[in-house]
Amino acid sequence: MDNLVMKSGGWMLVVLLAIAGFALSHDPGFSVHMVIVGLAAMIALWAGLKRADYAALAGGILPKPADEGVYDDDPIRWGVIATVFWGLAGFLAGLYIALQLAFPALNLGIEYTSFGRLRPLHTSAVIFAFGGNALIATSFYVVQRTCRARLAFPTMARFVFWGYQLFIVLAATGYVMGVTEAKEYAEPEWYVDLWLTLVWVCYLLVFGGTLLRRREPHIYVANWFYLSFIITIAMLHIVNNLAIPVSIVGSKSYSAFAGVQDALTQWWYGHNAVGFFLTAGFLAMMYYFVPKQAERPVYSYRLSIIHFWSLIFLYIWAGPHHLHYTALPDWAQTLGMVFSIMLWMPSWGGMINGLMTLNGAWDKIRTDPIIRMMVMALAFYGMSTFEGPLMSIKAVNSLSHYTDWTIGHVHSGALGWNGMITFAALYYLAPRLWGRSRLYSLRMVNWHFWLATVGIVLYAASMWVAGIMQGLMWREYGADGYLVYAFSEVVSAMFPMYVIRAAGGLLYLAGALVMAFNIWMTIAGRQRAEKPMRDATYDPAKDRPLPAPAAVPAE
Amino acid sequence: MSLYDTLRHFADSWGLVFMSVLFVTFVGWTFRKGASARHRDAAHMIFEDRHNG
Repeated sequence: MDNLVMKSGGWMLVVLLAIAGFALSHDPGFSVHMVIVGLAAMIALWAGLKRADYAALAGGILPKPADEGVYDDDPIRWGVIATVFWGLAGFLAGLYIALQLAFPALNLGIEYTSFGRLRPLHTSAVIFAFGGNALIATSFYVVQRTCRARLAFPTMARFVFWGYQLFIVLAATGYVMGVTEAKEYAEPEWYVDLWLTLVWVCYLLVFGGTLLRRREPHIYVANWFYLSFIITIAMLHIVNNLAIPVSIVGSKSYSAFAGVQDALTQWWYGHNAVGFFLTAGFLAMMYYFVPKQAERPVYSYRLSIIHFWSLIFLYIWAGPHHLHYTALPDWAQTLGMVFSIMLWMPSWGGMINGLMTLNGAWDKIRTDPIIRMMVMALAFYGMSTFEGPLMSIKAVNSLSHYTDWTIGHVHSGALGWNGMITFAALYYLAPRLWGRSRLYSLRMVNWHFWLATVGIVLYAASMWVAGIMQGLMWREYGADGYLVYAFSEVVSAMFPMYVIRAAGGLLYLAGALVMAFNIWMTIAGRQRAEKPMRDATYDPAKDRPLPAPAAVPAE
Repeated sequence: MSLYDTLRHFADSWGLVFMSVLFVTFVGWTFRKGASARHRDAAHMIFEDRHNG
């Protein structure tokens, strides 16, 4: 009882602090955020009071300890649902801003729906909301299964999930209101950053605590990737967001770094967000779910360890390739380029390791659409980790930088690699987490696969063409030394490519809608009556002995 | 020499050597005698106990 009173009192205190923050606030953005924080605390208060077992409290019965014989899967179930939801939101935002580029009237003439505000909303929704929820959910799933132990600190695990959702809501609403640090992929303001730091430290404690409780002597390699992702993101997030707020009750802050130091810190963060959030974390998913779905051990466990150490030692130096031909010292640019090119080797080692896991079971690509998604994800991992080093070469970068080629590259990695491996993991998890014998429909997984694949192809191809055309038009000089094209001419030349890109995004979103329906029905416990994906052919008409031979007259 | 120069030259000499030695050790460790059997066990670990996995 005391415990419940203390907890409720704590939530009330948060509500009071939020009201005080609202009253003293220096700007409307901070006020809105205080309202959101207050509402979140009230929801937590209400949920705590509603779920409390008053009969047990009155009788003085101690709460029953959790059953150590089953895994703690509740936060993972919520994570799967959150991943699907934020995925749809992020893809929809992406489609909308793609259409804005082709048809600027869609900015609607108001600040809240302008491209500049919706773009960070899209990037954060897909990377941190969709990707982040997928990473947290799968890491909790994988670490329990490979350690054969329940999650350490169950309450903290729930706090990580809900705290992370609050971070997403604060970040997203902030962007729309123009509350931003204007650092790419690190836009949230100082107080949202502090909140995420708290959530992330708890995440590390839950993950690390579960590793310490493990019942298996060996820590499976997927956990190495998850742990490196958690630790590195903590380090990057804290250093890049060092800032001084203008007011303790205001949403504006200034970075602790200035000029080229700020730029380098930002891209040290930015590229390692790619390297450790979008690569190491998702590779952890790959190293668990691909072998499980293929029912074969990973092709080479030694190669997976070499893959791990090479990524750790190389990725961290690659950031300066975002700052070619800037005020950054030349040696640092070259360093970034060289390390980016070296990264090609371990990346392809990892791709080959994943693909060769199917060695001897290649037929599964035909029969199992989830495996097909995984193979496509690995193919895109290989493709974008080839393209990335290529674009980091200074001579190539002088053409590609600031053009839509970069956007195409990012999306072949994000849609192809991160998206596809996440979809495959969600399809793997849904029936297992809700105790269903199979997914609602495997054929719908196949539709999703094709919608997404064709969508990516349209996206990547149109952006290659747009980007290279844009780069070439920008640098085109006439005989008299003047630039041949005005900026506006380059923009209008890209219109068809922008329309094709939006069409690709529409297909990708359509695939995700099919997935949302499929997972919804799986959770509801329904199974679609459908023909299996493939079966050995059987024709009952032919399944008979040969007719008796006709009597042949003697010669 | 400025602090910048000192740090920079430490990074491209001893720092580089230190990192390289660490990296070669970690990678070399996977080639030690008996590692293959341990790797095989580790790779199959996720398939034990199919009912609870």
